[in-house]
Amino acid sequence: MGKVTMTVNGRQMTAEAEGRTLLSTWLREGLGLTGTHVGCDTSQCGACVVHVDGQPVKSCTALAMDLDGAEVRTIEGMANADGSLSAIQQAFQDHHGLQCGFCTPGMVMAAAALLKENPKPTEAEVRHYLEGNICRCTGYHNIVKAVLAASGQDVSGLGIAAE
Amino acid sequence: MPKDGIGASTKRREDLRFLTGNGKYTDDINLRGQAFVHFLRSDVAHGRINGIDTTVAADMPGVLRIFTAADFESAGGLPCGWQVTDKHGQPMQEPKHPILAEGKVRHVGDPIAAVVAETAEQARDAAEAIEVDIEELPAVIDMKAALAEGAPKVHDELTSNLCYDWGFVEENKAAVDEAFDKAAHVVSLELVNNRLVANPMEPRVAVGDYDPWGDQSTLYTTSQNPHVIRLLMGAFVLNIPEHKLRVVAPDVGGGFGSKIYHYAEEAFCTFAARALKRPVKWTCSRSEAFISDAQGRDHRTKMELALDADHNFTAIRTETYANMGAYLSTFAPSIPTWLHGTLMAGNYRTPLIYVNVKAVFTNTVPVDAYRGAGRPEATYQLERIIDKAARDLGVDPIALRRQNFIKPDQYPYQTPVAVVYDTGNYDATMDKLLEITDHAGFAARAAESANRGKLRGFGVASYIEACGIAPSNLVGQLGARAGLYESATIRVNATGSISVYTGSHSHGQGHETTFAQVVADMIGVDASTIEIHHGDTSNSPMGMGTYGSRSLAVGGSAIVRATNKVVDKAKKIAAHLLECAPEDIELKDGKFSVAGTDKSVDWSGVTLAAYVPHNYPLEDLEPGLEETAFYDPSNFTYPAGAYGCEVEIDPETGKVDIVGFAAADDFGNVVNPMIVEGQVHGGLAQGIGQALMENCVFDDSGQLLSGSFMDYAMPRADDFPGFKVDHSCNTPCTHNPLGVKGCGEAGAIGSPPAVVNAVIDALHRAGHTHVSHIDMPLTPSRVWAAMQK
Repeated sequence: MGKVTMTVNGRQMTAEAEGRTLLSTWLREGLGLTGTHVGCDTSQCGACVVHVDGQPVKSCTALAMDLDGAEVRTIEGMANADGSLSAIQQAFQDHHGLQCGFCTPGMVMAAAALLKENPKPTEAEVRHYLEGNICRCTGYHNIVKAVLAASGQDVSGLGIAAE
Repeated sequence: MPKDGIGASTKRREDLRFLTGNGKYTDDINLRGQAFVHFLRSDVAHGRINGIDTTVAADMPGVLRIFTAADFESAGGLPCGWQVTDKHGQPMQEPKHPILAEGKVRHVGDPIAAVVAETAEQARDAAEAIEVDIEELPAVIDMKAALAEGAPKVHDELTSNLCYDWGFVEENKAAVDEAFDKAAHVVSLELVNNRLVANPMEPRVAVGDYDPWGDQSTLYTTSQNPHVIRLLMGAFVLNIPEHKLRVVAPDVGGGFGSKIYHYAEEAFCTFAARALKRPVKWTCSRSEAFISDAQGRDHRTKMELALDADHNFTAIRTETYANMGAYLSTFAPSIPTWLHGTLMAGNYRTPLIYVNVKAVFTNTVPVDAYRGAGRPEATYQLERIIDKAARDLGVDPIALRRQNFIKPDQYPYQTPVAVVYDTGNYDATMDKLLEITDHAGFAARAAESANRGKLRGFGVASYIEACGIAPSNLVGQLGARAGLYESATIRVNATGSISVYTGSHSHGQGHETTFAQVVADMIGVDASTIEIHHGDTSNSPMGMGTYGSRSLAVGGSAIVRATNKVVDKAKKIAAHLLECAPEDIELKDGKFSVAGTDKSVDWSGVTLAAYVPHNYPLEDLEPGLEETAFYDPSNFTYPAGAYGCEVEIDPETGKVDIVGFAAADDFGNVVNPMIVEGQVHGGLAQGIGQALMENCVFDDSGQLLSGSFMDYAMPRADDFPGFKVDHSCNTPCTHNPLGVKGCGEAGAIGSPPAVVNAVIDALHRAGHTHVSHIDMPLTPSRVWAAMQK
């Protein structure tokens, strides 16, 4: 056991970790940041995606001890400073890009990373980029639509949006 | 109508917490003093337990106690909620399903022992140190082999591995056989409905808690129906009366059926918390979910259709083997029977139908309802054989369907398989489908594909499902050991805000938004003043939960009924305040007025009077404004529609690409169109996933070969195009107050045959006319192999 310190959502945070403690466990159990979810044990589903030093990372694949000093952003740190939803979060609500909400944190973090890298992706690029994030509820249609909408593109031909 | 009333695509209020990391799922619950359990599970499919040595494990760091079957002698087995009667009038064979394996293990994943320790890691470490002496026995995996003379028995105390041999309608069998003898054409197909794993993204979790103050047990669990868990676990397993047992299902990350059932881990955590006087938590890993969550489908069917010389359907005969797995999961026996045989008429006027189902025990993970549950299997058989019939007879598959559709002037329509359809219009949804798929442009698209060396095909499927489950008196006659009503309490608060308590459970369906729309619409207040509470047996009346696309049709109807009671009473209060007769009071836009006058009192004026009854008819009316209603449906609802799939096949590899998919559904009235679309999208992904990629496979020894997301192909974002969905062809349900039918399962029911029909169509257009069928999933290797013959 040892203490690990990271800057999480802009604040320095410290919690214990064993050598085998995963970043996802450290965030959830150590810091109580339960917005990051764990949906599998083979790094396939992407529910646990967070940003580490600006890059999207499956937090169930990273060891907390390796990341002492890292800068981490989780879903809890995605809203605007005034507490309102950020553009990508708002697009998920406006276009019904989530149902049960379990894959949503990872999906939002992955989508935010995509738009940083590629501000105006095509539909095919969105689908390809999100290939590492599994959603069982939405059939991806409205997730893709939300990401395209968040990038400022017209999605009016892709079905009903919230009123 | 208020802005967020019935028919509005209101934004989902629950999204705010889910999008900010503030959802509260069961694994997010951590109680003071909590211990953790790890289950040691069988790694063989069938074996005799000769001994369990926990000596070393018990001394490992942090270990509090190790449990085995011996600790559960006072407990019952996990109950089965539906007793099917076989074709001879005998009850099904119903083996005990213990919490921890007793004497034998019967599938890979069967729990043998449970270690409770201070941390999850310590529990897991200690479980590895338990020595189990298991004498491996020959396993039965294949259903037909399991029924062979002398096959090893999954349950020694049963006469065989046959759970039941069910005939429906048994009295019609001779007439059906005769119709086949006289038929001008008989078409037959052997079909596999592949075993699936539901895989909601949130794995199951259970946290048991015990408070000696008041002798209260609480279970937090990932359930679609917490009241049902309380009833089953309390009454049949642990002998804890309802008033001493609370079950909470907070935010639940998807279910698709797999979180309906009462599972051993729930009973274990509740039991262990009482034994240890500490909260006990279990968090399932995905690998563990693959061998402990009930799975879906797994039917083998011989399907036959008889037609007369004019191509009218005259009879249907089916023989299905349905895999139960090693134990009977909570509703398993009802799925291949009452949720399958009763749908075998589909959208068609087939006068004679006989369905035979043999349910079989095997050394595999238990099988139960998965999205659609029995209805996808029925639809797949019908819609595949109609396509084959059209091909054999050289007629258009859409025209053959239309010729045999039940027509709009034939409702109510009594099918030969017990159910009575109340309403529908199958030509209308077929017309709409052909419009939104641009069917007229298919030939040009096929030519363009051919130019690129690809094979293009188009397939359709019609479907009908029985939802809004279910009339209690009817299901009682059919063997259900539960009623299938729903309840609601409307608690109007003094200042006019409204707390709604429902027995339905939302795990992605958006009830908190849609149910509030219904109440807002009825009273005329802003939806933001209404809160929907669900998932806690301590605050809502008895509920039956969410499955079978029943929440709005049954739960919503209970809410309507309770709201009507509230409005009736509120009108009496308003009449007193306005000094008129209650019959003269009108409620509109949240205001009570006296008909034909300008006298009025607003909603909050009435609600305040109900709780501060200074000027109140106390001699005639109780203070307060809270009503409870139960709603028991008088019939099922019958959503129906037409689905169309366009595929492109790469002849070099056999890879199938879905290049277009459209759904035209009749869900009756729609409360929130945006949410309905989302439900269809999700169902389509699961149905197309079944058709093209998902497959749960056990090897001959019973080892699960598809035991992780690396082996079990979950559909991903780049596996599909966008979907076109339409629900404008509505025939409202005639027997519930909202006129709604349910939309949760349709996508998964209608899509698999549409995909397979499209692939067969593409192969035939390319000259591979010898291919009459390929079993799901239509993986590149299967499609390629079929093309080579």
